[in-house]
Amino acid sequence: MERFKNFTGLVAPLDRPNVDTDQIIPKQFLKAVVRSGLGGGLFYDWRKQPDRQFVLEQPRFRNSTILVARANFGCGSSREHAVWALADYGFRAVIAPSFADIFSNNSLKNGLLPVILKSDEIDTIFAAIKEHDAYQLTIDLARQSVADEYGWEAHFEIEPFAKKCLLEGLDDVALTLAHEQEIAAYEKAHPVSYRF
Amino acid sequence: MAAQTLFEKIWDSHVVFEAAGQPALLYVDLHLVHEVTSPQAFEGLLKARRRVRCPERTFATMDHNVPTTDRSLPITDQDSKLQIEMMRKNCAHFGVRLYDLGSREQGIVHVIGPELGLSQPGMTIVCGDSHTATHGAMGALAFGIGTSEVEHVLATQCLWQAKPKSMEIRVEGQLGLGVSAKDLILGIIGRITTDGGTGYVIEYRGSTFQQLSMEERMTVCNMTIEGGARAGMVAADQKTVDYLRGRQFVPTGSQFDALAERWLTFHSDPHARFDRKLTFDASTFSPQVTWGTNPGMVTDVSSKVPDPANFNDPTQRRAAELALNYMALRPGTPIEDIKLDRVFIGSCTNSRVSDLKAAANIVRGRKVAPSVRAMVVPGSQLVKNEAEALGLDKIFTDAGFEWREAGCSMCLGMNPDILKPGERCASTSNRNFEGRQGAGGRTHLVSPIMAAAAAVAGHFVDVREWSNQGGGR
Repeated sequence: MERFKNFTGLVAPLDRPNVDTDQIIPKQFLKAVVRSGLGGGLFYDWRKQPDRQFVLEQPRFRNSTILVARANFGCGSSREHAVWALADYGFRAVIAPSFADIFSNNSLKNGLLPVILKSDEIDTIFAAIKEHDAYQLTIDLARQSVADEYGWEAHFEIEPFAKKCLLEGLDDVALTLAHEQEIAAYEKAHPVSYRF
Repeated sequence: MAAQTLFEKIWDSHVVFEAAGQPALLYVDLHLVHEVTSPQAFEGLLKARRRVRCPERTFATMDHNVPTTDRSLPITDQDSKLQIEMMRKNCAHFGVRLYDLGSREQGIVHVIGPELGLSQPGMTIVCGDSHTATHGAMGALAFGIGTSEVEHVLATQCLWQAKPKSMEIRVEGQLGLGVSAKDLILGIIGRITTDGGTGYVIEYRGSTFQQLSMEERMTVCNMTIEGGARAGMVAADQKTVDYLRGRQFVPTGSQFDALAERWLTFHSDPHARFDRKLTFDASTFSPQVTWGTNPGMVTDVSSKVPDPANFNDPTQRRAAELALNYMALRPGTPIEDIKLDRVFIGSCTNSRVSDLKAAANIVRGRKVAPSVRAMVVPGSQLVKNEAEALGLDKIFTDAGFEWREAGCSMCLGMNPDILKPGERCASTSNRNFEGRQGAGGRTHLVSPIMAAAAAVAGHFVDVREWSNQGGGR
């Protein structure tokens, strides 16, 4: 995983709660056998509506790198393709009042930052997008802050170990294999309980 | 030692390494693998020149994108075919046991785990699929993971996990006639909402769950994720032990007795502390039908489509408006007036023999309404064989249902079994998200007997009014 670097990016508003991973990346794109190239399938059914009103179809949001949404973002299927699609499209962070557990884990493994803010702070962001064209936010992971150029700032919590992995770009598997002795000892004490 | 919950007992007995301020390294007893969420994980292993650490704890099947029609015919979808071929190649290369399309044990990963005796009490079980919660019915800690975690488990047989909070959902009393395990879990999700369980592991306790059969417990645990919790569990009891005795991978003789004794130690102690506790009365549950686009948008069959205007929270009101717009439903419409184009009986939620038996009892001697296309997809080839030995296939086909080969099928529509845009389906599956069963398709989640009755009537009906005709649980 690459190290997470602080950045400033255009914010796209997705004003819905419970955005499920079936919407983020519909089933037909799950037949991929590689992680790359899924951006074209991102929110496919919503983008292909005849009215072309979906947020990512609007020219002013086309180059956004931050998505802001309502509660329980990423619920449903465990498909990591949802995270791969968001990242491949160009998103580097999603801001919401809450995330589904599996989606949140998947995001952290891929350097896509799930930022949890309070509902009223989310309301502020939605309002600011309406007020300002090309509304941008700066995300500073080390300081755990989200800020705009007009002086508004919010603090977010993140699990310290996940933060460290993101900042240092750590490979999980290598980290675990450093515990080979403990794993081998556990296995010795706990043999398989199957009849083969 | 302090009183512990079932969850804590399993968690503590699987911690390989722990340090303050970071997640625990947890050992995984059983890793189930399927064709859709594994190719990128195996690719990662290949690139890093890593092996599968414990092939003896890793089992693979093909379920998500497989056709449910004649298995002797070639697979026409080239992308599905490639994924299936990758699964074969990866399993052969890494030495993982695979229940391939032609195998008599092939089936939905969450049906075959318990069926083969792989899923056992006290275990940690993971799979790259959110419905892994199903195996919690065996008294195991079972949860879905993403593909990066699949790769991690393949390589290390462990996972870094922050300890979730614990929730007790207690239901006491007897469910009414015609009220099934599906109605119980849909009713619970309706009460806690679709994210009420986020961050928790749920233990289902109380006399209602104790009375459920193992397969009914699987239905309940399966849908735990639809309430936001990654894992749901029911403590092992004598039913669990009896269910597992004699299954393919379960040891026999004195080894079985020793195992069974250990299994029964995995239960919550009296006075064990839960972070959150909820209690419901079984008599308050009725047959359920979802009206919206997530499983928490659910109501009683005797009720009406709700009016978004009655939602106080503006975000929820807007969500209900969007849902009704997608579902093409008007507020105030009686649920029983909703007409159907399709009926699907299947999925890891409701495709086991008892589900098919209950549905067949409703269908026997009746015909599917002329306007409805109905389909039964058994959860595994073993389920299919057993159902056919019982003559259930004949009851379904006589009534006008299609009888298919095992797989996930129309639950997620990755294979050719999909809804056309605008089609409305009564489905025994677990998700009514927009487009879940096919772009533009409209899904209503129900129990197997509610789906069977709806297929006959052509619209939703309160199956309790039919229960004298052989319905019930």
